[in-house]
Amino acid sequence: MTVNIIGLARDVYKGLPTTLCAGCGHNSITNHLIKALYEYGVEPHRLAKMSGIGCSSKTPAYFVDQAHGFNGVHGRMPSAATGAKLANRDLVVLGISGDGDTASIGLGQFAHLVRRNLDCTYIVENNGVYGLTKGQFSATADIGSTLKNGTVNEYAMIDVCGLAIELGATFVARSFSGDGKQLVPLIQAAIAHGGTAILDIISPCVTFNDHVGSTKSYAYVKDHEMVANMPDFIRPKEEITVDYEPGTTQTIELEGGAHVLLRKIDATYDATDRIGALQAIHAARGKGEFLTGLLFVDATVPDLCEKERMTATPLKDLGEAELRIGREDWAKLFA
Amino acid sequence: MQRAINDFTIRVATVNGSGSQSSNLVLTNAIFSLGIPVAPKNVFPSNIEGLPTWFDVRVTARGYQCRTREIDLLVGLNAATWRTDVASVKPGGAIVHEASYPIAGDTLRDDVVYYAVPFNELAKANFDGTLRKYLLNMVYVGVLAELLGIDEATIEAAIGKQFKSKPKAVATNMDAARVGFAYAREHLTKNDPYALERMSGRTEGRLFMDGNRAAALGCVMGGCTVAAWYPITPSSSLCENFIALTEKYRVNKATGEKNVAIVQAEDELAAIGMVLGAGWAGARAMTSTSGPGLSLMAEWAGYGYYAEIPAVIFDVQRAGPSTGLPTRTMQADVSFAYHLSHGDTKHIVLLPATVNDAYEMAMDAFDLADRFQTPVFVLSDLDLGMNSWITEPFAYPERPFDRGKVLDAADLAKAESWGRYRDVDHDGIPYRTLPGTDHPNAGYFTRGTGHDEQARYSELPDVWQRGLDRLTRKHDTARAAVPKPIVEDDGQPAAILAYGTTHHAVVEARDILRADGIAVDYLRLRALPFAPEVAAFIARHERVYVVEQNRDAQLYTLLRAELPNHLVSRIRSIRHYNGVPIDAHAIIDPLLAAEREPAVVAE
Repeated sequence: MTVNIIGLARDVYKGLPTTLCAGCGHNSITNHLIKALYEYGVEPHRLAKMSGIGCSSKTPAYFVDQAHGFNGVHGRMPSAATGAKLANRDLVVLGISGDGDTASIGLGQFAHLVRRNLDCTYIVENNGVYGLTKGQFSATADIGSTLKNGTVNEYAMIDVCGLAIELGATFVARSFSGDGKQLVPLIQAAIAHGGTAILDIISPCVTFNDHVGSTKSYAYVKDHEMVANMPDFIRPKEEITVDYEPGTTQTIELEGGAHVLLRKIDATYDATDRIGALQAIHAARGKGEFLTGLLFVDATVPDLCEKERMTATPLKDLGEAELRIGREDWAKLFA
Repeated sequence: MQRAINDFTIRVATVNGSGSQSSNLVLTNAIFSLGIPVAPKNVFPSNIEGLPTWFDVRVTARGYQCRTREIDLLVGLNAATWRTDVASVKPGGAIVHEASYPIAGDTLRDDVVYYAVPFNELAKANFDGTLRKYLLNMVYVGVLAELLGIDEATIEAAIGKQFKSKPKAVATNMDAARVGFAYAREHLTKNDPYALERMSGRTEGRLFMDGNRAAALGCVMGGCTVAAWYPITPSSSLCENFIALTEKYRVNKATGEKNVAIVQAEDELAAIGMVLGAGWAGARAMTSTSGPGLSLMAEWAGYGYYAEIPAVIFDVQRAGPSTGLPTRTMQADVSFAYHLSHGDTKHIVLLPATVNDAYEMAMDAFDLADRFQTPVFVLSDLDLGMNSWITEPFAYPERPFDRGKVLDAADLAKAESWGRYRDVDHDGIPYRTLPGTDHPNAGYFTRGTGHDEQARYSELPDVWQRGLDRLTRKHDTARAAVPKPIVEDDGQPAAILAYGTTHHAVVEARDILRADGIAVDYLRLRALPFAPEVAAFIARHERVYVVEQNRDAQLYTLLRAELPNHLVSRIRSIRHYNGVPIDAHAIIDPLLAAEREPAVVAE
């Protein structure tokens, strides 16, 4: 039997059968997640699968069945994820959200999660539309994009990646649900990153947003993807073998000695340049294109647990001796 | 003139932002240090600088802790409220005031004594520019001390306590107080009945504590490791005290590492979300808020109830509806908190009345939250949370934390199977596992959607109904586990039922009634759901007056909904809801009216 580096079979990383529509981009993402987690060797018991409400937020049930899942309330996954990580900093926190869950009802919590740089992976399964309530626009729908019934979106879109970079995010990537080659190493790099890693994944809704006139349909995305870079994930102690032309790659060290090697498709793209990343995102959007790849990374910023100078022991494991004021100090308090 | 020794109330009327709070506390502590019980009540505006504020110091040899309506001695230092402040003084009282205030028309009374003091001139003559307005307030302390018979050494000690870390401030403030002492000695002739005399037996070994600090101490001793909060009056000082205490007692001095995580959240939605996330992952977590914040927490509260996650939520109640009066007190969140969230929800709610309750119930709340795997609400109020109360030192907790029914990897290895929402023990309380438990069967999917005993999504009618019924069973189990009511039953036909800070007015009201030959029994409710003792107590009495500080008789209504039919007609409602703490007469007057003519009782 084939096993991963911690001796587990790939089946361990599977979950319940999906209840989403056949052909839904989210199902592809689930499959890429299973592959990424299996190859990475995430311990199932350490994984905390967090989500809010919506089609996207159902997907934690469809992978790593052994892990604990937390399907919370709409737009509030970031706060629950924050609490879980504070209680047990040994957890690998993986949040799955959607465009409504993140950019509409949950925009506030999304912004503050990014500000705090909680060590977690935050995936936005972005299809520009509300699926469970049958096809209303979400806040990530492009201006001019149409609903199935012809309604045209007249309101400005919220660019999850651009917003995250502006808010001080330390790891921002965009990809496409159909591009496992790019997405699997991005997920692995996101898990390795010691801070909030935002993955905005365009994930077409086959039922409500895959028509002509939609800018989040399979056809549109395939025609308008502009790849900035293709990542390779290099685990700690693994040798970095570069057989590419000098100047065509960029290697970034992540927490714990892992690296992400970026093969530049756009030779001028620098994933460590915050302003440059914003400019490139805007430029692509101006042309109706999606810029994909690891758009920005800064692995030097301390995460929330570090900033709060929390003890290495999970807080949940502390007992009376560590937590109560000692008897001598207690007596002094009332002296 | 009949002397009034150690039994009167001083009202200090000032402008907020003028530093009067320090002077007020110096006065309070000085009187306390003479062995005389005092009950300070700060009636302050929702404002940083420039609005009227009042500080009432009730000097009470018998130790009453509630507010009183009778103002004996006014310190008038606010021109804007001068007219109404003069009117608030009872006949025979005395008024110390800024000499330039007019005494004519409304403010000219022949039944009070005036002590005019040129505070502004004294301040100008004695203090430099920036500190002038602050030190002016310390002058009044000196004047009052001289008039009431507090010596300079006692005031100096109280100033030392107030500014303990700043020796220069101690000296400057004492100089200001001396200006007041000297002026009063040289220019005022005492002509009022009020005097302070050192006494014993009431304050020894006791101290002042406010409820928010007491609750924060309970959080430390109760093992809270995660706190998430959004600042809101009057609850902010609860988390601020928790921060200060943990900085002192939860930091490894060698490494600087903390055994706590405290997040100032972006709003109350996030604060309670963090608390639930932490509770789910096994930490003891809390948030503190007040009415508007509680409204925002409603969504997650229902999730916590249905997904069964421990959480502790302090609601330091203020006057609502809406933004209401942020700096005034009410008990108007009781029914909202009990049923917080949509759908069928009912929570465990603890009702502290004293600072000792605030401390003990904070610890109880963490145990109950873990034991019952549910959000537990602690309903304090502004009066308890922000005013200082005399208390015995708190008892050191001797019992270990009750972490409830948690299965670890070893338990799972022994068990053939387990189900997150199975009622194995027939008490409605299931078993849970924590994320991070290293066993293949540990994981489950926590959700606010309909779920079966294995935590799987289910829309089946009987699965749904069985789940709701089990939650009711769990709620009923809690009746015997929450803090019990305190019952004083002498077999009288009439009784009072009250909770929270209303208690202190009940104590005085019963004494006054008893002195008039009317004895009433008393049940102090300390938690929801109702313990069995409540209905039993009502069954033993013909008339039970439910006293509370809200307009809509909220607890009375909850009682009516749960009492057996034959007992419903025995309860009557007495309410107080003007935003200032209830006093004894707000109970006595309607109670006597009802006792004399039961038919007029408002139902």
